[in-house]
This record gives sequence, structure tokens and C-alpha cells, in this order.
Amino acid sequence: MTKDTTPPETAHINDTEITPEIVAEHGLKPDEYEKVVAHMGRTPNMTELGVFSVMWSEHCSYKSSRKWLKKLPVSGPQVIQGPGENAGVIDIGDGDAAVFKMESHNHPSFIEPYQGATTGVGGIMRDVFTMGARPVANMNALRFGDPNHPKTRHLVAGVVHGIGGYGNCIGVPTVGGEVNFDSCYNGNILVNAMCVGLARTDKIFYAAATGIGAPVVYVGSKTGRDGIHGATMASAEFDDASEEKRPTVQVGDPFTEKLLLEACQELMASDAIIAIQDMGAAGLTSSSVEMADKGGVGIVLDLDKVPCRETHMTGYEMLLSESQERMLMVLKPGREAEAEAIFLRWGLDFAVVGSLTDTGRMVVHHEGRMIADMPLEPLADGAPEYDRPYTPTPLAPYIDPSQVDETNITEALKTLMGCSEIASRRWIYEQYDSMVMGDTLAGPGGDAALVRVHGTKKALAISTDVTPRYCLAQPVEGGKQAVAEAYRNISATGATPLAITNCLNFGNPERPEIMGQFVECLEGMGAACEALDFPVVSGNVSLYNETNGQGINPTPAIGGVGLIEDFEKAVGNAFTQPNQYIFVLGKTEGHLGSSLYQRFILQDDAIYAPPSVDLELERKHGEFVRDLIDAGIVNAVHDISDGGLLVAVAEMCLPHKMGCHIEDDNTAKFWFGEDQGRYVMVGDDADKILAQANARGLTLSYLGKTGGTELTIAERVHISVEELHAIHENWLPDYMKTV
Amino acid sequence: MQASVIVFPGSNCDRDVAVCLEAATGKKPNMVWHGNSDLPDSDVIVLPGGFSYGDYLRCGSMAANSPIMKEVVLKAQKGTAVLGICNGFQVLTECGLLPGVLMQNAALNFVCRNTRLIVDNNTTPFTGLYQQGEEVVIPVAHNEGNYFADDETLDELSGEGRIVLSYVPEDNPNGACKNIAGICDASGRVLGMMPHPERRAETALGGEDGKRMFTGLVEALS
Repeated sequence: MTKDTTPPETAHINDTEITPEIVAEHGLKPDEYEKVVAHMGRTPNMTELGVFSVMWSEHCSYKSSRKWLKKLPVSGPQVIQGPGENAGVIDIGDGDAAVFKMESHNHPSFIEPYQGATTGVGGIMRDVFTMGARPVANMNALRFGDPNHPKTRHLVAGVVHGIGGYGNCIGVPTVGGEVNFDSCYNGNILVNAMCVGLARTDKIFYAAATGIGAPVVYVGSKTGRDGIHGATMASAEFDDASEEKRPTVQVGDPFTEKLLLEACQELMASDAIIAIQDMGAAGLTSSSVEMADKGGVGIVLDLDKVPCRETHMTGYEMLLSESQERMLMVLKPGREAEAEAIFLRWGLDFAVVGSLTDTGRMVVHHEGRMIADMPLEPLADGAPEYDRPYTPTPLAPYIDPSQVDETNITEALKTLMGCSEIASRRWIYEQYDSMVMGDTLAGPGGDAALVRVHGTKKALAISTDVTPRYCLAQPVEGGKQAVAEAYRNISATGATPLAITNCLNFGNPERPEIMGQFVECLEGMGAACEALDFPVVSGNVSLYNETNGQGINPTPAIGGVGLIEDFEKAVGNAFTQPNQYIFVLGKTEGHLGSSLYQRFILQDDAIYAPPSVDLELERKHGEFVRDLIDAGIVNAVHDISDGGLLVAVAEMCLPHKMGCHIEDDNTAKFWFGEDQGRYVMVGDDADKILAQANARGLTLSYLGKTGGTELTIAERVHISVEELHAIHENWLPDYMKTV
Repeated sequence: MQASVIVFPGSNCDRDVAVCLEAATGKKPNMVWHGNSDLPDSDVIVLPGGFSYGDYLRCGSMAANSPIMKEVVLKAQKGTAVLGICNGFQVLTECGLLPGVLMQNAALNFVCRNTRLIVDNNTTPFTGLYQQGEEVVIPVAHNEGNYFADDETLDELSGEGRIVLSYVPEDNPNGACKNIAGICDASGRVLGMMPHPERRAETALGGEDGKRMFTGLVEALS
């Protein structure tokens, strides 16, 4: 084809001269704009500039992170689809596949918490059902600012309402998650939503478009002016004027998404779809670019066919709108009528908006004129890849345990059980429908959620984890720990960890120390994935989580998925019967650096080295725990994390209000140290459990026995479980009440 | 016993209740689309939980005006048993088969958790396998479950034994008048309830207290 060097004729918008100010407003750097011009072979018009700017935004192009993401382990015999598609896919046997991904919706949620959170949940579910899966479980990882910050309550209430408002309506259970409060999130909260779906391995749908002349079809709800430049907003820092960005936040409608889900499932049961892609960030632009580019074809779009809910929308606005609940599909030619009938029956819009070409270009028509003509390859893959300079995070000092004064164990335990990081999240999770679909075997509150594969004995174990304060103090160990904790939480139910998704939330990568955190967290994460056979199959990067130059703690959230073949063998994390033996697996050295004990008891906000993770031992411990659960030798297991051993034991007392007696007294660092790789295990046959540990050369120590209404240690500590329960339950509702 | 489950756009507990009905009857229930105007012969019609029409306008009000509901009302008047669960209960009050209204929860939040219920009337076709006064555990999941009616209606309901299920007073999740969780019509053959029996019908899901509603229906209607 001959290359046209003059800009295409346009209606009204390309009359504007592209000035350096307009380029800057689109978030493109001058040298990036030079590259655009070089790829185009001419000056782009406004529409084309808009398309390039969203495709090359950090959010869509991963330009700062790509170099490092490539280093993560992404393969394994269980992996059907790794990163690069709408979601990752793993094999869970018998022709079943689990499809999952986690994604951030941080920037919009801070500006408009309800809509930001709902559209986060809606977007991640579309990523999963685009692949042909039915979503079966939602999870979330939320970080809010200091509880005393004036905005925190409002943001908690809005985000929780938003997550519930969407998931409850569409009818997918929200089965778990994690919540932290820390002043580093005062100006940038984190809302990370994860969705897990189930599909048949021979019915997975992909985004690569093939078949010259095949129709490109738009389905779902109509296009409006909401969310224009949402992806660009999500790629910039906040300042005091960010509230003015409210119009760039999209509005969610879970009812339409429910209809879209059912209609897609119905059409997917046939073989009419060649390729499908949801319209997420950068809407119609990124979905058409990605589908055409992955298939190595071209695409022509006629915007006059796009269903709009507002009049006089320009091509620029239609291409960049992030209106929700929309999908783009390529159908087999001749199957349009059959597909249209399904979507109309569900009350949804259906329009053929274009077709595939062999040009390798994206050509857009509007009001009878060509308004854009761009090469696809540079749009999809030509974004500059940055090897941003980074500085290593300085080594944090160790806390000298001999300098830590002994404390009143009873008071310390009560403080920790009622602190913002450990207190019960019931006020939040009871606002989520955790039971719809009738397969939630273990919902919120456990180590990992367990969701049955409908109609089978199999269940998926799902957990989201990261400890940002460890990542801040020592990113490599923090990165390892996040993966290891997900591995531990899944193992503690009896399930075998299979793969992870991640959501990498960091500050401004243009600052070398932030880039250093990113690089080092990924290094630790990669090492842990490798050592634990726990590859990354999907993920998302959210950078520029900064306000007025104040970045968040590095927060690489991990969403882990595992499988248990027979859910009846799974165990919970609560004491259920009296007179059972309690053991601790793993060595307790009493590591207090970066612990909750340091934050809430010592009230020392200096940065100390976090506990280190021994990956080899981590794997051995996980295997041991799973084997003992499978053999039915233990009937409750809880991993030891925030707050250390005594907090873990206290948490096991709460669900059935069953106490325990610990025989030997010890020091505060023993009870509250956060040494890694440890589990509390409970069973009837002490000799058998000890013998199994000895046979594998693992450290297993006897702690005490279950029973009674108090948690007691030797003769020194007596705490009523009822009181612990009240302390643990009351913090969050009391906090939310004092609006 | 043949069951039919009405599927509205936005229903999301239709499959869950179909699973329980099939387990109890050994037969797949008819899944009937809201836009149909004829309803296959059935012994029990179930209006499932969910967000019919996205809860737009008012919970259950648009569903109450969908074509199939004319048939449901006619069949109910002729004595076919009708069970409305959660959003189904809201639809039943909106279409006038049951009195009263379900307002937003007193705490203004959606609530999903197990609740303790008392079976106040075990003479309906739905509750025959429960003991009168028995305490059972069945979960709720709703934002508008706060049952309200005027005093006269409430007196009538309790006088006629039409309060079929009530929350244990200290466990009322939504502020409902008289702790009402479920009521029936004068014939006893139309039951609306906020709790979800289909979510507690097997031990793997925490208990079987809900299961007896379905097995009881089979006994009463076969």
C-alpha cells in the first residue's frame, strides 16, 4: 500500500495545531512525541495524538516496568496462558481451567471512591469472562491512609459500598481480601480487585483477531463521555487539584454487566467468536489496537455505527471514552444475525462497527470522513521502553533485641488484637455477598478462601497478600515474603499453590529510589516464584501513586490460587475441639524489625530490617503442612504472619470461642516476633505429628492444648477469649461509627 | 413434583435454587424467562434472589410488571405454591401477592451473614419438615430486607399465623417489624422470605437447615 503523507481529512478537531502544550497535556514527553511523528511519517492530528497518548501511557504500555516484568517466571506445566492476555489461565485437571487476574483502580477510587471501586471490580470481571470463563470469586486488596486522617472513613465507606454494590448485584461472591491502614496511603489509597473464573480448557477465548474482512462487533452498553483519558490520569502523580479530575472517573452499572456476562456466555457456547476483548482502559482504542495487532492484521472502524448515549460526540471522544460494560468482538463472517439475536434478547446494544483488513493499520471514519490512519505495530508495541535509573534501597539496621524492654504480654496482645492492622474486617466483608453461587466453602476470615469447582469435589484456594512495611524496609525480602505468604495461606487450607497474579503498586518510577524499590521487589518476587513453583500468569502495574511528591510504601500485592482435589480434606484455621495438641512449625527467633509489635507496642517508626524468608525451608514447610492435612493428621492450621505467634494462636481461639493453654512462658519477642515460614498446627495424635516432622528434619515444637474459655500461658497470662473477641470485633465498627 | 424458576434479567440465585430443587425432586426445574407469557404446568413456582432489573426504580417493582408475573399471579390464585426468596420476596410484595414492603436495612448497609431464625408456622407446604418453634440457621444477603407494614396488617399477619419465619430478636439483621423474616398469604401457599435456604442446603456449605424447605415441599406437593 502507498503511504499517505498528508493528515486525513477530519471534521473539526484536527484544525487545532499540535503545540508542545497539547502534547504535554496528553502526558507525552517531547521525545516521545518525536517518535510518534516518526512512526506516522507526518504530524498526527488531535485524534491520532489522543490515541497514541493513551496507548503509550504507562498504564497501557508498561514502559517503565516492562524490562523488569520480563524477568519473572511465567511458565510451568500448569500454565495454559501466561501474562499478555486479558487474564492468566491455569490447568486444574479434568478439562477445567482457572482464569484469573488482579488489577488496580487506585487513582479513580481516591477521587470518587464508590465509582472507582465499582468500575475496578467490573473491569476485572470483564477481563476474566472475556476469556470464556464464568467468574466464581472476587477478592480485593485495599490500603487506606491513617485511621485518623480526615478522609479515611469516607474512603473506606465509599470503596466498600462500591465493591459490594457491583459484586453483589452481578452475583459473584466476594470471598476474601486484605485491608491495611497506613499514613503513606493518605493521599493515594490502593484498590486492587482480583477475579477468578472457571472455564473448560478447550473453550478459552483469546484476543488475537484473524480473518480479513471479518466483522468487528461492538456489544454492551452505549458510549458516553465518561472516563476520557482515565488511563492517562492513572499514569500521573496527584496534586491538590486532582479532585478536578472527577469527570475522568467512569461510572459502573453492574446490571448491564450481568446481562453482558450472560449474553457472552450464551454466544461463547457456539463457535461464532474469533476474538474478543473487553473495552477497559483506553476503551475502543486499546481493544481494537490490541485485537488487530495480536492477530497481525489491520482494522477499519466506522464511528457512526458506535452506539452513543450522548449526541455530538467527536471521534476523539468516542475513541478515548472509558464507558463501562462494553466489549469488542470479531465474529466469523455470516454469524452476525445469530449473535445479534442473543444480545438484543438481553437488552444490550449490538453493532457491526468495522472489519479486519490486511493493512496493518488502524483506519477510523466518522461522519463520512477518515479521521485517523495509524500504523498498528508502533501503537501496540512501539511505546518507548525505559530502563529507568534506580538506586538500591539502603540496608535497614536490625533491631537489637537486647534493647527491647520486656512488656506486659497480656496488654500487648490486647493492643495488637484491637489494632487497625489485625482487628476483624467483619464490618467490611459482611457488606459483600460471599455466598452467592452456592460454592463458597470458606469465605472471608480464613487464611485462604475456598471455592468449590461447581459440581465436583475440587476446590480453589485463593489468597491476596503483601506486607508493604517489609517491602519498604527491604524490598527484596518484602517481594519474597509477599509470594511466600500467599503460598503459606493456600497451603494452610491443604491446597497446592499453583500460580499467582500480581498488582504492583508503587510511586513515581522517575525517582531512582522508587524505581529501586520496584526492581528489588520484583527480584525477590521472582526468586520466590521460582523456588516455590508458583509462576506469575497475569498482572498489572500501577505507578505514580504519589501526591505532592509523597509516594506510597511499595505494595506489590499478590493474588495466589491453589487447588485441593477433595475439599472434604481441607481444614480451617480455628480451634474446634478441646484437648487437641498445638504445635508450631518452624523456628521462632523473635524478629521484631518491621513488626506490628514495633509499630504498635514500641511505637518506633524508624525503619528496621524485616524478617528474612528462607525459600527452601518455605517450600519444605508448605509440603509438610499439605501432606499432614491430606493424611488427616491435623485438623486446623494457621500461618503465622502479622503480630507473630501469639496473635496467630489468639485468632484460632476466636471463631468458636475456644481457649487454649500454652505450657511454657517466654519473652515478648518470642510471642510477637514475625519470623517467616511458620505455621500453627493442631491435631489429636501428638506422637504422629512429631514423628512426621522428625522424619523430615523439620523444627516442630509443642506449644500446648486447646480447651477452656481463656488463653493462658503457664501461670502468668490469663486472658478471656470473650474479651479478646470483643476487642478484635469492635475496632472497625466503632471506628466507622464515629463519622 | 415439578418446579419452575422464573429468571428475570439480573436474577443471580436462579442456578443456586435450581440445584437445590433438582436435588430434592430428582428433576430439573423449568427455567422460565421473564419475557414469556406462558408458564409450564408446575407444582411450585420459585422467584429467585438477585437484582432483577438492577433494582432500578425500586427492588422488585419492574419484575412485578414483567409478562410472566401475570401468569404467576393467576397460578397463585388457583393454588399453585409460590416461593419468593430475597428479591423474589420483594417481587411478591410489589405484585400484591403479599402485603407490606421491604425497606432499606436499618443500618443502611448491605448485610450478608448467617442469621438465627424461628419457624413460627410449620403448617405451610414449605415448612412441614421443621418443628414448630424450632431455631434454624439460614443466611441473609440483602440491602432491602427491612419488612414494614402498618399495625393493622402486622396484627393480621400474626393473628392468622402468617408470620412463618422470624429472626431471633437479638439477631435481626435489618430492623424488620416483629423480626419478620418470612410471611405467607392467607392460603399459606405463597411464601416470601428474605433468608436464602438454598445457601444452607448441604453440610459442605455449613449446614442443612435450608434443605428441609425443598424436601418438605416435595413431601407436601407430590
